Amino acid sequence: MIDIAAGVNEQFANLSNYLVYSAMAVYTLAFLAHIAEWTFGSRSKVARSSAALPAGSGTSAPAVKVTKRGGGTAVLERPKVVTRGGDDRGIEDGKGAAGGDEQGELYGRIAISLTVLAFALHFGAVVFRGLSVDRAPWGNMYEFSVTLGLVAVAAYLVLLALGRSVRWIGLFLVTAVLLDLGLAVSVLYTSSDQLVPALHSYWLWIHVSCAIICGAIFHLGAVATILYLFRDRYEVALAAGRANGRFASVWARLPAAATLDKFAYRINAAVFPLWTFTIMAGSIWAESAWGRYWGWDPTETWSFITWVAYACYLHARATAGWKGRKAAYLALIGFACFLFNYYGVNVFIVGKHSYAGV
Amino acid sequence: MSTTDTDAPDSGASDAAARALSTAPVEEAEPESGSGDGPAGGPRLGVLGWARWFWRQLTSMRVALILLFLLSLAAIPGSIIPQTSTNPVKVSDFLKSHSVLGPVYTKLGLFHVYSSVWFSAIYILLFVSLAGCILPRSWQFIGQLRGNPPRAPRKLDRMPAYATWVTDAAPDDVLTAARGTLRRRRYRVAPGEGSLAAEKGYLREAGNLVFHIALFGLLIAFAWGTLWKSDGTKLVVPGPAGGFTNNQTQYDDLSHGALFNPDDMAHFGLTLDDFHAAYQTSGPTKGTPTTFYADVTYFGADNKDHKTRIRVNDPLNIEGNKIYLTSHGYAMNVTVKDGKGNVAYSGPVPFLPEDGNLTSQGVIKVPDAVDSKGKPEQLGFAGLFTPTTTIDPVMGPQSTFPALKNPTLFLTAYYGDLGMDAGLPQNVYVLDTASKNLHQFTVGGQPLKMPMVVGDTLKLPNGAGSITLDGVSQWADFEIVHQPGIDLALGSALAMLVGLAASLFIQRRRIWVRALPGADGRTVVELAGLGRTESPKAAEELARLVDVVHAQAPSVPEEPASPSTTAPEDSSDKEHA
Ligand code: HEM
Repeated sequence: MIDIAAGVNEQFANLSNYLVYSAMAVYTLAFLAHIAEWTFGSRSKVARSSAALPAGSGTSAPAVKVTKRGGGTAVLERPKVVTRGGDDRGIEDGKGAAGGDEQGELYGRIAISLTVLAFALHFGAVVFRGLSVDRAPWGNMYEFSVTLGLVAVAAYLVLLALGRSVRWIGLFLVTAVLLDLGLAVSVLYTSSDQLVPALHSYWLWIHVSCAIICGAIFHLGAVATILYLFRDRYEVALAAGRANGRFASVWARLPAAATLDKFAYRINAAVFPLWTFTIMAGSIWAESAWGRYWGWDPTETWSFITWVAYACYLHARATAGWKGRKAAYLALIGFACFLFNYYGVNVFIVGKHSYAGV
Repeated sequence: MSTTDTDAPDSGASDAAARALSTAPVEEAEPESGSGDGPAGGPRLGVLGWARWFWRQLTSMRVALILLFLLSLAAIPGSIIPQTSTNPVKVSDFLKSHSVLGPVYTKLGLFHVYSSVWFSAIYILLFVSLAGCILPRSWQFIGQLRGNPPRAPRKLDRMPAYATWVTDAAPDDVLTAARGTLRRRRYRVAPGEGSLAAEKGYLREAGNLVFHIALFGLLIAFAWGTLWKSDGTKLVVPGPAGGFTNNQTQYDDLSHGALFNPDDMAHFGLTLDDFHAAYQTSGPTKGTPTTFYADVTYFGADNKDHKTRIRVNDPLNIEGNKIYLTSHGYAMNVTVKDGKGNVAYSGPVPFLPEDGNLTSQGVIKVPDAVDSKGKPEQLGFAGLFTPTTTIDPVMGPQSTFPALKNPTLFLTAYYGDLGMDAGLPQNVYVLDTASKNLHQFTVGGQPLKMPMVVGDTLKLPNGAGSITLDGVSQWADFEIVHQPGIDLALGSALAMLVGLAASLFIQRRRIWVRALPGADGRTVVELAGLGRTESPKAAEELARLVDVVHAQAPSVPEEPASPSTTAPEDSSDKEHA
């Protein structure tokens, strides 16, 4: 139990607010830079000859490459491992937003630098919010949203830093984070304050921070899933020789449907245990705060629904006839449940989980 | 061809070895009409045939998927429609305001969704399906554990990862090198003729089974907890007289599961020594509590007194019960003297808070009083208490802060019959002022009314007695919960978590190595890997193995003959098929 020296450091609280607005301004610049990246990219040859034609799949006979060096000695390279995917169509990943266009590429890099800068400001905002009240900065919906956006960007930047090819997600992520922050500062804003005793618990750190991480990462998974659905349709059209819809040049620059699908699966599968843990931690907290570990409170119910929806998705991935688009819809349903649990239940249905002042 | 196996690439799926990287049930093909073993061939199906068909459907992945989806759908109404278990007041409000929908909802069990027939039906079917799925899978998995990895399939080049080269090293040397490396990488290796089969990641399947079995544990814990649970509240005023002992009659209200037995209630009790509360003194949330706790003395089976502090989020754990602090309020410590000057009542009387600033209301009932002539006459007082008093010109007295900054008690007094002897259960917080047997004390035609601060005494007219406000203390409301099965629930939850992590993060994968003399007498080496398509790991691992084996059996710089045509069928394959 944390006994609160009932103070709020107003200076820190104000600083936090300024930092949120600054971060939003810089995210907006990053957003514009991404738009420029995609726009310039659409000029590129790759985008115009929208056919990212099926690359020969691994049917070619593998062979040992022999490279002759100057002296005439044969240096043997190791034999190549030939892979063949189970489900993919053998279509290669798109070339990315810039589509190989130099100017587009430049703007893409500017966008990422701006995202890093905005992330730093955003991070500062969360830290000072926490410092202003000496507690974890996720005690109400405003703080939850701001932190969730931060974690989503952090996950993206970490993947980038690890050298994963996730640049394609940049524009969509920055857009979503801007929406999230916009909603936070306008509708959900709550000024910095202490919490009611029921929220004074180290489970606040554990349970809520896990929920935030899950939300942020499920969010990345959902973005990938949506893009998968578009790209999948594009690839089907491509195979049928009519891939010249309005956004064909956008879809052409995305990774292959199979790649997006795998990315989404790995993201969702990786957070699923954490989401399970989040619910369990919540139950343990509920047990110590309210005297029961499960009481079908609306928030509990929707966490359960979200959990079952994602379990459905994982099952669908392992069931013939359900892979691909159907599974993707289930993943989106899961994410919609998560969002509803967070916005819908907190705002429209009042349960025991009422955050301090929304 | 239909399979539930994500791991099998389309072209290799026909290979027995490629299948069953998990023990997931294989989806049955729709039976053809007239085949006699499907529903379409209905007339020829006996009862047993139908039962078998039904069972196969129920335990298929497809039906599990549908049931899971239904379960999530079925959980929705309970979050939108008020539930008797969590909010009975809202339910009765709903029933009052919806004369049409209300009865329909009642019929459908929508006010207790999570114990309704249809919700139960879904999860029971799901668990039956789960049992029907898990048991065979467990046997199958144990079989896999005791057996060897499946032999190398004939066409290794159909596998998701594949490499080949021709070397001058002897086949046996190649296999020995591969075997050593695989063993070191903790693969389970089984030799074949001119080939090796290796497998790793059995924990994935084990984790998956543990996860699903633990779901049963959780279900049992839940049922156990629901059936034997008891959950009651007790308002406790400070002092020994206000103490609580765990007994059905002592509760203010008690709800319990169907199989609860009052004789099994544990022996314990507590008294409240002191209650502390502190509030936000400024800011927009001024007045919200920042901390509160109760200091109590309790005894358990040992009948010895122990002192402890109970806080929100931090219940007292005693004899398998948990005592939670849920709310608090003020109690008036009063002394009432009757017409003969005898103390007719002395002690704390709890008042119930009406708002966040603890404007509180309560009544003081004094059944054993006599009037100035010694005739029995009951006394009653209705009071309003404001801890931080301001007098609003319109609303009257109100509290503007929950702490005792300027406490005042406003009392009106009654005499006559409190109606307590009638044997009807009475609400201790309400005075039946409408009763014609109860009369209000008046002064000059006006009801007797007096704001009192601590120490004040209100004299009743006609020498009927007096009431003194000796002090104000705080009571605490406790929730006493006995929920068995909690350890099983926690244990199952942990097992689920571990199983799930193993199931999702561990990759089950196979590697086959074949080394056979080719047509030209040189050795043709083939390596193939099979893993989940989601992961590039199988290919990466194979590449590392290729590195090692290739270093010991370097390729000869010549175009190799096409291996898949020269490699003879692994003789052991035939036994396998
Ligand atoms: C009680 C409800 C159930 C829940 C909450 C549930 C949950 C899950 C979850 C979260 C996974 C993902 C873990 C993984 O991919 O390894 C999974 C996998 C699996 N479940 Fe269930 N399950 C349930 C019922 C069933 C039933 C009834 C069956 C059988 C018909 C089943 C068969 C499987 C199989 C075979 C897998 C592994 C799929 C794979 O190889 O990827 N489950 N389950």
